[in-house]
Amino acid sequence: MSDQHDDHKLHPGIGEDSGPSEYELRAKAMEDLLVTKGICTREEVQREVDLMDARSPSDGAKIVARAWVDSDYKAMLLADAHTAINELGFHLPDTTPQLAVVENTDTVHHLVVCTLCSCYPRMLLGRPPDWYKSLSYRSRAVVEPRAVMREFGLEIGEEVEVRILDSTADLRYLVLPKRPEGTENMSEAELAGLVTRDSMIGVTTPRTPETAAA
Amino acid sequence: MATDASVKYRINDLVKVRVASPPGHFRTPTYIQGKTGQIVALCGVFPNPESLAHAGSGLPKQPLYRVEFEQSEVWAEYPGPAKDKILVDIYQHWLEPVEAPGEP
Repeated sequence: MSDQHDDHKLHPGIGEDSGPSEYELRAKAMEDLLVTKGICTREEVQREVDLMDARSPSDGAKIVARAWVDSDYKAMLLADAHTAINELGFHLPDTTPQLAVVENTDTVHHLVVCTLCSCYPRMLLGRPPDWYKSLSYRSRAVVEPRAVMREFGLEIGEEVEVRILDSTADLRYLVLPKRPEGTENMSEAELAGLVTRDSMIGVTTPRTPETAAA
Repeated sequence: MATDASVKYRINDLVKVRVASPPGHFRTPTYIQGKTGQIVALCGVFPNPESLAHAGSGLPKQPLYRVEFEQSEVWAEYPGPAKDKILVDIYQHWLEPVEAPGEP
């Protein structure tokens, strides 16, 4: 057997267990307090964790694809995302934070960041990617967004206005990316297959029929 | 019971973000403090997070605005076209009115 598994430190959760981190202990202590004080039950906490784990960018992709094929739906989505998304059978919570959708067009490109922490449309897409939470992305996305997008492989022309949304408060933003060209004959389900998580954050654009086939 | 703060600004109003560093949990990024922008939307009226985060009532609720800033206003050496913008959601108590040029 080769010696290739001497890199356990590169795999968090595998290898030597150094015990729970400070944050894990804090979370555990808070959960214990919530349960002890009767604010919620352990089952309710677990249900919320399971619900978060069940969410996926593929749900966002379905919303985007519907908006691409149905202009009335798109108008509703941009005006009242909560109602429009629940109309497709989702169950966004009525509590804050609320979801808002912004549209990328030939002239405007939106990019979402949370400079203060990691605010993200978790109620639809689930947990954010690690890079979204990194200090590097959070600081650079506002200062040099075009350079950041270039590193993701996206070059935005000078004629396009780049609009950064810093989700600092009670709203979370989902980008409705521009429908790729050459997709006129694709079905709604096929279109959903082109929509990536990163394109709904705004750091990239959706796949094209060509890149999806590759 | 405290009533909600009344909505003070309208769409297109120019506003300046207060410069402050209150103890505790505030949601107004430092980089946008002191900058002048334009109200583009009223997002709703929400409990004040500075109070909520410390087990307070969050009252009075604060109107939350989406404020649009020119990137060139925020960063002196912004390396992109002049039309680029940054939008930040800011609670009313962090905003001060700015008279539009030409207004009395």
